[in-house]
Amino acid sequence: MTATASIAPPKPFWTARRRETLTFYLVIAPWLIGFVLFTVGPVAYSLYISFTDWNMLRDPAWVGLDNYRTLLKDPDIGHSLWVTTKYTIVSVPLRLVVALFLAILLNEATMLVGFFRTAFYLPGVVASVAVAVLWQWLLNPRFGPFNKMLAVFGITGPRWFNDPDWALWGLVIMSTWNVGGEMLIFLAGLKGIPGILYEAAEIDGANRLQRFIRITLPMLSPTIFFNLVMSVIGSFQTFDGAFVISTARAGDLGSPLKSTLFYMLYLYKSAFTWLKMGYAAAMAWLLFLVIVTITFLINRWSRRWVFYGS
Amino acid sequence: MDVKSIQFQTNPVALFWREHQIGSLLYRLIIYGLLIGLSLLFLFPFFWMILSALKPEYQIYMWPPKWIPDPIQWSNFKDVFTHPYLPFATFVKNTMILEVGMITGRLLSCTLVAYGFARLNAPGKDILFGIVLATLMIPNAVLLIPRFILYSELGWINTFKPLIVPAWFGEAYAIFLMRQFFRTIPKELEESAVVDGANTLQIIFRIIVPLSLPVLTVIAILSFKDIWNDFMGPLLYLNEQSKLTVSVGLAYLNGQFDTQMNLLMAASVTLMMPTLILFFIAQRAFVQGITMTGLKG
Repeated sequence: MTATASIAPPKPFWTARRRETLTFYLVIAPWLIGFVLFTVGPVAYSLYISFTDWNMLRDPAWVGLDNYRTLLKDPDIGHSLWVTTKYTIVSVPLRLVVALFLAILLNEATMLVGFFRTAFYLPGVVASVAVAVLWQWLLNPRFGPFNKMLAVFGITGPRWFNDPDWALWGLVIMSTWNVGGEMLIFLAGLKGIPGILYEAAEIDGANRLQRFIRITLPMLSPTIFFNLVMSVIGSFQTFDGAFVISTARAGDLGSPLKSTLFYMLYLYKSAFTWLKMGYAAAMAWLLFLVIVTITFLINRWSRRWVFYGS
Repeated sequence: MDVKSIQFQTNPVALFWREHQIGSLLYRLIIYGLLIGLSLLFLFPFFWMILSALKPEYQIYMWPPKWIPDPIQWSNFKDVFTHPYLPFATFVKNTMILEVGMITGRLLSCTLVAYGFARLNAPGKDILFGIVLATLMIPNAVLLIPRFILYSELGWINTFKPLIVPAWFGEAYAIFLMRQFFRTIPKELEESAVVDGANTLQIIFRIIVPLSLPVLTVIAILSFKDIWNDFMGPLLYLNEQSKLTVSVGLAYLNGQFDTQMNLLMAASVTLMMPTLILFFIAQRAFVQGITMTGLKG
């Protein structure tokens, strides 16, 4: 074979490898085209318009860093970031604790596990808009079952979504109902902890609490980290529920008194009510920066407590 | 173990406790008590919603609550479906158009793309797959405004195109799931087809697709849920009342000054029911979808 190589005919251009490469790019073309058209293009364009003043009627006018300067001075930016942060700080730990607690209960049970799991997961299946409308009714100050139950104990319930001091906490309660996804991920994590660790600890005389703190929590820490990061990222983009509840009965976005003016609601208002496209694009980049920074910080912090054993 | 502790265990109460495993019995009692209590608490809102949706208006304000609506007012649903300016029958039809258009596009495009990433070799493949996964991390907020501008320049606002067309260009999560699945299919099946002279498209649609029905079903079901529940997309791109989806329709109904609470609940039931029913039929697909997300991280 090697002896005759010199007089072999010239290789055809379409070698098997080249043909495979071509096929590959043809087959992934839909994604590649879509990626350029609907992701790369928009991202680049968004950066450009964040340096312009544009209401979509006239041509965009280049204003340099003006939008970003305005961002820093706009009191509603600070306010909406604070509302979003406050909500995140309270709701994320609460949600994770509830999800973990439910997962542990399910992990301990042997009978009717399917039924209980379904009951806890069900709220995660349904549309966020319906959840918001439903909770508005459950937390209705006068007729909602929540306040009626409080009244049984002689407590006058708050006016929830009508009271600027309580509206955000109503949303926190609502979000705690919907922890099924996190719960299932925790449950999968719990199932992954080798039983032999618990057996060894039991022989050494560790009680349930000790086993939980010394085995379950460290072994579950990568799962906790994953759920924490995903919840925080999601929480900073809260939109649906707050939109639906604050605009109920012709209310203003973020009402009452801007107490639920989440960052995404303010962004929506800037872009689609006031048509300040340049400003809203700058807002989106600020949010991106905030999310990246927080994710980075959680990641750094996690090195102290996430245990990647074995 | 010293003598003292052995003596301690002969204490009749401790002995009885141990012999009948009272501790573990008590523990199980607490676990199941909590499970039953909490599951009822989690289910209560659904129960309350359905109850309110079937009551005449005056009865939903009564306390103690009327546990059985009298009469059961099915006409609430009829009123919602034929609402004069927010007709839910139209919204259901619109949402179904989106479902069909988007699920078809997503399944077709993702099958092709995932096959490429699962089976074919080409320079740049690994980098491109990394980019596919990276796009899952881009927050929606950054894309929101430029995409809106793009679609409005194209004249697509107030049509279904901004929602349906991108679905025909692949979706990162579905591509990832399918690629993982395709890699588990034995290569020999394709090789024999190549010997028989089959081209890539024939291999994909005659061999890969029939063997991948489980993963295609999972993606179709999860997509159905996401499209049905989506709020922000239709809210931005569809303005005319004849074009709204169920989700946005409910938000608008909720935004009206004078909407009756029982009608609002009937509309909420309308929005919730399809995904709930789908969940009960295909519970495994949902659970798989979630735990696969977990693995991805």
